[in-house]
Amino acid sequence: MRMIDAKNLVFEYIRRDEEGNVEAINRALDEVTLDVSEGDFVAILGHNGSGKSTMAKHINAILIPSEGTLYVNGFDTKDEEKIWDIRQSAGMVFQNPDNQIIATVVEEDVGFGPENLGVPTEEIWQRVEESLKAVGMYEYRSHSPNKLSGGQKQRVAIAGIMAMRPKCIILDEPTAMLDPNGRKEVIKTIRDLNKKEKVTVLLITHYMDEVIHADKVIVMDSGKVVMQGTPREIFSQVDKLKRYRLDVPQVTELAYELKKQGMPLPDGILTREEFVEAMMEVRNGAFTR
Amino acid sequence: MIRDITIGQYYPSGSIIHRLDPRVKLIGTIVYIVSMFLFDTFWGYLVTGLFLFGVIKASKVPLKYIVKGLKSVIILLLFTVSFNLFLTPGEHVLVHFGFIIITTEGIRFAIFMGLRLVLLILGSSLMTFTTTPNELTDGIERLLGFLKVLHVPVHEVAMMMSIALRFIPILLEETDKIMKAQQARGADFETGSLIKRAKAMVPILVPLFISAFRRAGDLAMAMEARCYRGGKGRTKMKPLKYKPKDAVAFCVYVVYIVTILGVDRYLPMI
Amino acid sequence: MALLLDNVSYVYGGGTAYEKQALKNINLEIPDGRFIGLIGHTGSGKSTLIQHLNGLMKPSNGTVYFNGADIGAENFHKKELRSKVGLVFQYPEHQLFETTVLKDVQFGPKNLDLPQLEVDLRAYDALKMVGITDDLYDASPFELSGGQKRRVAIAGVLAMKPEVLILDEPTAGLDPMGRDEILDQIEKIHKERKITVILVSHSMEDVAKYVDRIIVMNKGEIAYDGTPKTVFSHYKELEKIGLAAPSVTYVMHDLNQMRIPVSTDATTVEEAKLEILDWWQQERIIR
Repeated sequence: MRMIDAKNLVFEYIRRDEEGNVEAINRALDEVTLDVSEGDFVAILGHNGSGKSTMAKHINAILIPSEGTLYVNGFDTKDEEKIWDIRQSAGMVFQNPDNQIIATVVEEDVGFGPENLGVPTEEIWQRVEESLKAVGMYEYRSHSPNKLSGGQKQRVAIAGIMAMRPKCIILDEPTAMLDPNGRKEVIKTIRDLNKKEKVTVLLITHYMDEVIHADKVIVMDSGKVVMQGTPREIFSQVDKLKRYRLDVPQVTELAYELKKQGMPLPDGILTREEFVEAMMEVRNGAFTR
Repeated sequence: MIRDITIGQYYPSGSIIHRLDPRVKLIGTIVYIVSMFLFDTFWGYLVTGLFLFGVIKASKVPLKYIVKGLKSVIILLLFTVSFNLFLTPGEHVLVHFGFIIITTEGIRFAIFMGLRLVLLILGSSLMTFTTTPNELTDGIERLLGFLKVLHVPVHEVAMMMSIALRFIPILLEETDKIMKAQQARGADFETGSLIKRAKAMVPILVPLFISAFRRAGDLAMAMEARCYRGGKGRTKMKPLKYKPKDAVAFCVYVVYIVTILGVDRYLPMI
Repeated sequence: MALLLDNVSYVYGGGTAYEKQALKNINLEIPDGRFIGLIGHTGSGKSTLIQHLNGLMKPSNGTVYFNGADIGAENFHKKELRSKVGLVFQYPEHQLFETTVLKDVQFGPKNLDLPQLEVDLRAYDALKMVGITDDLYDASPFELSGGQKRRVAIAGVLAMKPEVLILDEPTAGLDPMGRDEILDQIEKIHKERKITVILVSHSMEDVAKYVDRIIVMNKGEIAYDGTPKTVFSHYKELEKIGLAAPSVTYVMHDLNQMRIPVSTDATTVEEAKLEILDWWQQERIIR
């Protein structure tokens, strides 16, 4: 089943001057067509201002498309009556962990979503426990969020979404404000949720090393989807990515540079292991020649 | 440092006081505040002081931590004390120097006023030390629930309060950071005339307000994304229910008030 | 000798239950004209350290010297120190407050009580250094893009004409190209103006690419101090304290283990590339 199905999505910001006259119309999304199947791990890449956050806000029905259609879990986001169903089925995690934690105790924050959904008290407790265990933060349940590290806060925010039992989680640059250890924690948590809980994940980021395990990578630039494919397909096009103000993992870049110098290496090497293996081939190949 | 302000910060220790129903604690705080105006002898202060000390001990919040909260109101305290000290008329003049007149009544009054303020602040801050903002919100919401009939948005007001409490430490930290950053650009907050110093606040206040608005916008979006739509149809993770220990607390209040009235009336005036 | 730390210690919340030693007997020399990387995970003491360098924090013990003068001395001119040792905090764009870009950059030099002409010249110069063109001078700083805001904020410190520029994670939150642009600009400033730069960063790749010396902090102490090559040769020990070497360094070690004889010194893609190509040339000649 299709979790997210967008067809020719357009979103326009209208800028007005002080008298209220239309000054400029900015197209933040330009004919975006994409789909995400249930259970997938999809990454959206794009530089700042490429429209990827605007896209995320549409999936959560925070923004409504100017043109085109968007179905989330089968609900049309233009249908105002379905707005809470949409938000419950596609939960959203934001960049700044401090600005999305509402309560002063971890467990109360995780309970906030289910409370809003009108879940009976006993079930709230059960959901809070499960969600906190799923992100590995159960022993911190009675702590104050202010005393946690950035990575831990972000995991609490993820648990807060998980407690709403969504089918899909959208994460809008969840690691941009974290240090490397925090980033690792959060990415591991997201991958676990995708694998074990079968949650569909839509990860928006500009850290290239976070997307190499995704099922599909979408690259956005000036409001358009400009590349789509598996991580290997995407990362074999190093020059194109750089044109879109993006980067590739260091190993990929090294292999790409060596290939340009004539070394017989395959395209789109993503990990250290793959690189070393390819290098062995080069050495053995040299022997047989 | 600005981050040392502890007033209003929840201190988890899991004590019996923490586990009381927030409504009981709210009513207790009100009873306590009212009790401050029921006496004017030394005995009343003694009873109040002992009562407060007992509650603090039971709450397992370190005394040091609570007293630290006084730091932020020290100016107010000094002001009140000196105001009373110099401006209370009386018969026994001790010092008469120009327009400064200190009387024994003034000293007595100043000490009592200072004590009253300290007890008041310590007592009411204990409420926030032992109650999470969410519980506090629930408590207020339930206690004032009758106002809903008059279309007062009780839930919304309570929610705003609890969010404000959550963001106090974050904004304090932010203020600290902005101050340092502007100091790194040569800003000077410590010297110069009053006007100059007030002007020096602009580079702090503007970024602080912008940041507060940005956070508010982000938070509103995050709350909506988690299906928040006001108080209607919401359930509670921790619904309020009176338990036997809450009844005990109410009895303690009654005993406390009776004792205060008793000692104030029947013990010799000091 | 620009900065010298002599046995500097700093204790947070002394005498309370929250007491924590953030810096332990730090001895450090920072000569003029260097590009230094300061790394360490969150809570390692690196933020505390940089705030000691411009006198925002006072050591509990020990002395900080700037150009030979004790900065804790009574008659030491604090404001001048802050202009000579410029500190750019994380997310510096959050401190912008003026109505125009130019005015915001002028804030620093104005605080130094310079004549208006000098204030203007410094502001223009600083904005030029960070690559902000004059069509943006009268724009509101709040209307700029994220990357532009950050440049303006950095210019605000550069306008004080610092001899030492400390940047706390200047690339946080920027996209890959934005990161490279800011760091390239900083490198250019370092080379052209001979300013000492101290770059606090989480990215080993960035640090390896730009700096000539790395200082690694751990638990309030200096764990390693040396060239990128020597520091990253301790990659196993770095992992124990929650850090790592750049990924190419690991690749080179892997290759070595597979009996592909390349030097494990490489810390950047460029170095690794040359090293591997070298091996490949020789391998082809042998056959």
